[in-house]
Amino acid sequence: MDLISEYGSAILTSFGLTLRLAVYSGIFALILGAVLAVFRVSPVPVLRFVGAAVVYTFRNTPLTLVMFFALFGLAYQLEFYPAPDDLYENNFRLAVLALGIYTSTFVCEVLRAGINTVPLGQAEAARAIGLTFTQNLSHVVLPQALRSVINPLASVLIAMTKNTTVAVTIGVVTATGVNEASGQMKTMMENEADQILLIFIIFAIGFMILTLPIGFVANWASKRFAVIR
Amino acid sequence: MAASVLYDAPGPRAKALNRVYSGVTLVVLLAIAWFVWSKFDETGQWEAEKWTPFLESPAWENFLIPGIIGTLKAFAVGSVLALAFGFVFAVGRLSQSKLVSLPSAVVIEFFRSIPMLLLMMFIYFMQAPLGFDTDVFWAVVLGLMLYNGSVLAEIIRAGVGALPKGQTEAGVAVGLSDGQVMRAILLPQAVRSMLPAIIAQLVVLLKDTALGYILAYSELLNQIVKLDGNFDNLLPAAIVVAAIYITLNTILGLIANYAEVRTRRVGRTAAPVGHADAIDPVADEAALVQKSNAMGPGGPA
Repeated sequence: MDLISEYGSAILTSFGLTLRLAVYSGIFALILGAVLAVFRVSPVPVLRFVGAAVVYTFRNTPLTLVMFFALFGLAYQLEFYPAPDDLYENNFRLAVLALGIYTSTFVCEVLRAGINTVPLGQAEAARAIGLTFTQNLSHVVLPQALRSVINPLASVLIAMTKNTTVAVTIGVVTATGVNEASGQMKTMMENEADQILLIFIIFAIGFMILTLPIGFVANWASKRFAVIR
Repeated sequence: MAASVLYDAPGPRAKALNRVYSGVTLVVLLAIAWFVWSKFDETGQWEAEKWTPFLESPAWENFLIPGIIGTLKAFAVGSVLALAFGFVFAVGRLSQSKLVSLPSAVVIEFFRSIPMLLLMMFIYFMQAPLGFDTDVFWAVVLGLMLYNGSVLAEIIRAGVGALPKGQTEAGVAVGLSDGQVMRAILLPQAVRSMLPAIIAQLVVLLKDTALGYILAYSELLNQIVKLDGNFDNLLPAAIVVAAIYITLNTILGLIANYAEVRTRRVGRTAAPVGHADAIDPVADEAALVQKSNAMGPGGPA
């Protein structure tokens, strides 16, 4: 229990940082993913190509490399600093950027799969009464598609929450020197070599506490909002 | 539903509008390209000596090829172990005996729910206290095995679940034991129907080998730093390495697509065939099970 008294507040701080990473990246990924999905089903060939190219590139590149590129490529080489005055905030934003873009490609593919579950007749009926592509999407197809993708979308968000650990590539740290969860676990394991198992269990439970509610809410919501056909 | 169902064949007005949208997109793309190009130019990324090393053999011989070998070695050992782990725990979770199925389920769900990087770090730091030499290769490979093995176990289990009930019943009727039914009837068909999803998971495994970079395992991503140390070309090196990853994944993806097309054509399984480009293989295959159950005991017509 010495571990808790010595590191308790640091562990909480580090999971707070992980949670912030997950929330910001999640919002970014959902928005960008929706935009990419609209690109990929749009009537404009150039937009379809752009959507497909972005998804293909980032889905096939390891997240670690995307993170690496964000800090060493974007910031150090190309001198792109999202928060030039604040080193901590800067790395945090770069991690959100990398994780958000990477996850958005998965969000896009889930949304596209959801659009495919909407029966043909729905879109045909919408066209028959004269709705345009945008009206068709926003009033008929997407509301039904979104309801059918709640569970797969939750899987993507859970995977993303676990992927926040890869931010250690960049080194996301608070001003008081506390790392996000994976960096913090590494530091603790290095310092307390005789309690490695206990440290691992603490962090494993921490991630279960973060991810399990996403699954529960998704299960409830997918039943609550199911499209009855 | 095909994407084209969302809109009518464009008339003259829609065609003109599409051209305007295309034009705007192209202008935006060109603006982005120009911005990136000028940033590269400003910071001297276009200098020839940053790129020419990739046309000569030393960069490949000393850095990229050893990196590719490191990545492929972790991938090969990791995927073999993950497949073995997946089979053992899928069969375990499907066992009739609660004494076997419950612990298997706990193991699968546990390793699926924690970040793989934490697993790798844990194994890395656990080696010394357990009396092994600290070897980062095994930390990476065992981490890959535990997580991907658990996902593969769920994929295989879903494949078995998607088989019509009559398959098991027929096996039992001719006097096979539970184990024989599993080995001779269920698993071969489940693997065939799930082959595309299994290969898709191997793509995930290949990408995850890059986590080895964080533990300083000498794989492809790590070579970027070494290349940068020798040629001062971090950005070009990162781009080349990304291209190598994309190529490797594309090859695996093509194999998965081939497996999907072939299994659909040749059949030899009573279950519906899984998808090669499943985003979340486990969730997708679970949907497949529902679909096959909805089709009734006869399976697909």
